[in-house]
Amino acid sequence: MTPPELTPPQVPLRDLVPDYRELSPEVAARFAHLRERPVILSIRGLEKSFGHGGSAARALQDMSFDVHRREFVCIVGPSGCGKSTLVRIVAGLDEATGGAVLLDGQEVTGPGPDRGMVFQGYTLFPWLTVRRNVMFGLRERGQPPRAAEATAQRWLEMVGLEGFADAYPHELSGGMKQRVAIARALANQPRILIMDEPFGALDAQTRAQMQSYLLQIWKNVEVTILFITHDLDEAAYLSDRVVVMGANPGRVVETIENPVPRPRRPDQFISRSFLSLKRRLTELIQPHDEAEDAGTLPISKLTDAADTVE
Amino acid sequence: MATGKPAAAHRDWLGLKKEPPPRRRFALAVLSFVLPLALWSAISYVPWLWHPLVRITSAGDVEYFSTGMEVPRANFERENQKAAAEKTDPAQGYRVNPPYLPPPHAVARAFVTAFQTPPRLPGEPWLYQSLGHSIRTILWGFIASSILGVPLGILSGAYRLFSWIQEPFIEFFRYLPAPAFAALCVAVLGIYDPPKIAIIFIGTFFQQVLVIANTVRRVDPTFVEAAQTLGASGPSLLWRVVIPAAVVEIYADMRILLGWAWTYLIVAEVVGTMSGITYFINQQARYRNFPNVYAAIAMIGIIGLSTDFALAWLGRWFFPWKRASRRVAKPTGLQRVRRPKGVPTREVKAA
Ligand SMILES: Nc1ncnc2c1ncn2[C@@H]1O[C@H](COP(=O)(O)OP(=O)(O)O)[C@@H](O)[C@H]1O
Ligand SMILES: [Mg+2]
Repeated sequence: MTPPELTPPQVPLRDLVPDYRELSPEVAARFAHLRERPVILSIRGLEKSFGHGGSAARALQDMSFDVHRREFVCIVGPSGCGKSTLVRIVAGLDEATGGAVLLDGQEVTGPGPDRGMVFQGYTLFPWLTVRRNVMFGLRERGQPPRAAEATAQRWLEMVGLEGFADAYPHELSGGMKQRVAIARALANQPRILIMDEPFGALDAQTRAQMQSYLLQIWKNVEVTILFITHDLDEAAYLSDRVVVMGANPGRVVETIENPVPRPRRPDQFISRSFLSLKRRLTELIQPHDEAEDAGTLPISKLTDAADTVE
Repeated sequence: MATGKPAAAHRDWLGLKKEPPPRRRFALAVLSFVLPLALWSAISYVPWLWHPLVRITSAGDVEYFSTGMEVPRANFERENQKAAAEKTDPAQGYRVNPPYLPPPHAVARAFVTAFQTPPRLPGEPWLYQSLGHSIRTILWGFIASSILGVPLGILSGAYRLFSWIQEPFIEFFRYLPAPAFAALCVAVLGIYDPPKIAIIFIGTFFQQVLVIANTVRRVDPTFVEAAQTLGASGPSLLWRVVIPAAVVEIYADMRILLGWAWTYLIVAEVVGTMSGITYFINQQARYRNFPNVYAAIAMIGIIGLSTDFALAWLGRWFFPWKRASRRVAKPTGLQRVRRPKGVPTREVKAA
């Protein structure tokens, strides 16, 4: 028999963690400072439909938000809500059907080196060595080979891969490839670095290391980051602000200021502010009625499933 | 399991899921030549296998037999039965294969002697000259086709505009068999080498454009997009992204296309005045020197195969990124790499 005093207290989680909007004084001051910085990227009433006429599918509806200089903004949302569609438009790879994307106040009309991009898949050029991959953008912009090589070397040192400068991409692990991809994008000194689920294909351990690595790089380099993910922990760990997207059609549901103080450390994953943000994100991504049913499939117990496992 | 042996279910002798180890691969490749050769040897050297003719060593009393004559076995036996019935002397002989199936050793000998034997008629080419002539014809046809076909194929694969403006017509033209243009080629280009080169050109060019266009179209578009976000645009996307991304596959296509060019050779060489290896084969067949015929045919195969091997080997040299990894990264990647050292930090400029 279980003694009654050993049963865990039935206190709901929401009473243990504070409200996600409660910012500590330092965090609040940080945001006040952040908001004073100029806006680098401005998304204004962005619309996107695929197809024409009656069969047109709405992917994005009236999306608006701003990103300030040196800010780390994460966009989270369920799969298929239009995150990739959005960043492809920001990168200039796709055209919006309405609204505008402004970079430093100038409307974006096509792809360019001022918006660096790291893709989810591995897009290093397999025919170039790691060094030449990083040099690609520099040479494209007319830097002489010597100077480009020196710059590439510095960026490879920055991501800790100077020892692999002469390797080919297929000789690197997934995490290393993404680090080269980051170096390649940053070598162009873009105004903003766009990352579309860059660590999605990595295993959990490598991904955690890449996250702390990215934070280090961001701290040391003059760059603004727009980071797409569907991993709520990742968003809560990395971001200054989280833009939560909803699906059908893709739209901004809420923009949240991350209450977790910086510098971030992995042990903050169980801090109260982290959990409060995480709970809010979960609520937004999985609306209540859905969350209740989530994971409960209408399965009747099979007659030969004798042992009760829970 | 206690034993170190793999379970029976894990053995994959047929290679459904895995390549066999290199030594077994090599052994199998050798076997692929040895098996047909063994079959040929068996038919040639085992007297009761096939051997449909009988070569007469002594005609006996059979009237129309003579020594050295080769007659069908049925005839030989019928005549000897007749001879036995009439109590006359039967003919004697041994079973042989028809002259058009020489045994392997005769063909092997012909490989050497064919090069050493001077031509029968004055002014006829030696074997090596015939071969040289054929190789020249192929090369000129293939080079001419490639100079035009490769750029057009790349343009067609890279840009929809070029694809639409040329591929429908080429698609139509490639169904027209190259030999159908033989008469036309002779009328326009004479009877010597130019019409032959033209036939090879026609046979190769149209396929080449389409095959290369398809290869270029298969280039992963995210490479182009990645390059665009790095500032590349216009012709630079073609030169620095699309072509390098496709070049290994284009090279592989060229090897296959060169093989196709060889298949047009015999047709091309009978156009106008017969020339090259075709002329040699024809002459030898006319002299009923079949070992030489086989040797010459095998020579084409050997030249083709060794060219392809040489090109494959050169390819590994041209495209170092396709070589097997020199240094395999550990899957744990980041754990093993040092923290960043020199970090190019710039001051955040005051707003
Ligand atoms: N080229 C396209 N044509 C038609 N529909 C598309 C295209 N690209 C994306 N979509 C649709 O737009 C929606 C958003 O896709 P995407 O941006 O890739 O989502 P996410 O990146 O959030 O998973 C999806 O429903 C997808 O089917
Ligand atoms: Mg996506």
